[in-house]
Amino acid sequence: MSSIDLKHVARLARLHFSEEELKFFQTQVAQILSFVEKLNEVKGLENVPPTSHPFSLSDVFREDEAKPSLALEEFLKKSPQSKGRFFQVPKIIEDKT
Amino acid sequence: MNQDLSRLTAAQLSELYRKNACSQKEALDSVEKNILVRDRDPRHIHAYVPDRPRCPIHRKADKASPLWGVPIAVKDNICVEGLETTCSSKILKNFIAPYHATVIEKLLDAGAVVYGQTNMDEFAFGSSCETSCYGPTRNPRDPERVPGGSSGGSAAAVADHTAFAALGSDTGGSIRQPAAFCGVVGIKPTYGRVSRYGLIAFASSLDQIGPITKDVRDSALVLGAIAGHDPKDSTSADVPVPNYTAFLGKSIKGKKVGVLSDGELKGLDPAVRGAAKEEAQKVMERLGAQVVEISLPNMKHSVSVYYIVAPSEASSNLARFDGVRFGHRSKEARSLLEMFEKSRGEGFGAEAKRRIILGTYSLSSGYYDAYYLKAMKVRTLIKRDFDEAFKKVDAIMLPTAPSAAFRVGEKTQDPLQMYLSDIFTISANLAGVPAISLPCGFDETRTGKPLPIGLQFLGRPFQEEVLFQTAYAYEQETGFHKKIGNVS
Repeated sequence: MSSIDLKHVARLARLHFSEEELKFFQTQVAQILSFVEKLNEVKGLENVPPTSHPFSLSDVFREDEAKPSLALEEFLKKSPQSKGRFFQVPKIIEDKT
Repeated sequence: MNQDLSRLTAAQLSELYRKNACSQKEALDSVEKNILVRDRDPRHIHAYVPDRPRCPIHRKADKASPLWGVPIAVKDNICVEGLETTCSSKILKNFIAPYHATVIEKLLDAGAVVYGQTNMDEFAFGSSCETSCYGPTRNPRDPERVPGGSSGGSAAAVADHTAFAALGSDTGGSIRQPAAFCGVVGIKPTYGRVSRYGLIAFASSLDQIGPITKDVRDSALVLGAIAGHDPKDSTSADVPVPNYTAFLGKSIKGKKVGVLSDGELKGLDPAVRGAAKEEAQKVMERLGAQVVEISLPNMKHSVSVYYIVAPSEASSNLARFDGVRFGHRSKEARSLLEMFEKSRGEGFGAEAKRRIILGTYSLSSGYYDAYYLKAMKVRTLIKRDFDEAFKKVDAIMLPTAPSAAFRVGEKTQDPLQMYLSDIFTISANLAGVPAISLPCGFDETRTGKPLPIGLQFLGRPFQEEVLFQTAYAYEQETGFHKKIGNVS
């Protein structure tokens, strides 16, 4: 059975878990991982190229012309908190105490 | 007028419009009336997002268009300008879409009425429509059972005659499995056939929008309206869209249809085996098709590959929900980091969290090669299996799901069992090929009402017309769309 450092992964994912949730997800995620680990049975993958996309796509460009876009205010309106032309968030640099 | 318009297909309704035999208002009233009746029923179906008003949107269009005036419901992950669009997630509650998805633009240009928004599994994570933050949708054929997912609301609305057609999205079977469970028709188009612009992303290399309809003709009509290249989606393909309806009624005599051996079709419910394999083979032979046994040896790995690839892409796509620019923001946070963590912790439901964790882990330093890279390599093998198979056959025939609809609550405590219900649908997404599901029988072995069983045809990339031709022949031969009450 795989065990993962759920707290670490949750921190990477910027996801808050209560202690209860941590316990709940620990077992479930381990079960799912041991299921997907069946892929270890597939041999001879050394020379198989990975598929990240069903059809190979090269870069898709368009002409570099400015096109109308939504007004800034429209986007700011959707923000939980904004001020002037900016999104507002809690303090980033924390006080040393 | 005396006729119950809601029981008509989109094509039949359109025919009445052409004869000036009914009005758009009468058509809308007929479905709205059904919803009101359902709302009074203690066994709520909740095909639509509860408590959100339905706001029909219509624009001036050519009245000769085959979808003119046809009310079409859309899944709650497709942006409709000016309307709340939430992916049935708390984190997006109150989010008003600032623009129309390309499919909505196309439907409106075709004269369709964008009618209401359907319930879904949160962020399309699920196979039963039970993870919605608004509560579950139930199966109109038997409200004790799930409608399938994640486009469960769309399939339920069509089956319940509360929409003439609906749009869903399919990342691992989310159109086809609910279509099968609710006894309607659903197609996942080739990857790139339909623009994803305005579809809130789950797994960008797998997602496709497609129609859920009462019969195959409507499926061809709606896909024809929404398919095509879109400069706003760089992954949409610049491949001409054929007139799909021109292929309906063409004989499939001599077409080669691939089926899997019993060894490769494990875990089938006996009723599904009877209808979607044994009987289906007889029907195909009766239609003059040549049934050929083929092998997809790596399909057995598809669930494992999918539950690495899809959560990896999802964890990355869902990083944008951070409480800064839109969506839910925690009121408990004192620092920026806490704001991210708590907004996401409060806003996402359990299944979303599970997938974010799985994906973040698969992509994290030290595990990338063992999980994500390996999954992408096995994805290559799955794709090669299809390339090989399509050298021999024109279409592949598979059951859509291993069983008919399961009970509400039956699999919610066991995510792995839930994931396994997608075993026959996932590989089409991994390989990018198109697949259609249509009703092919009933499971009458259980107590309660007979439950529909779904049959799937998979085809070569950008050959949806072959699927429509084949599925239409099957539908006309067996008449299940009528037996089930979709079409009178």
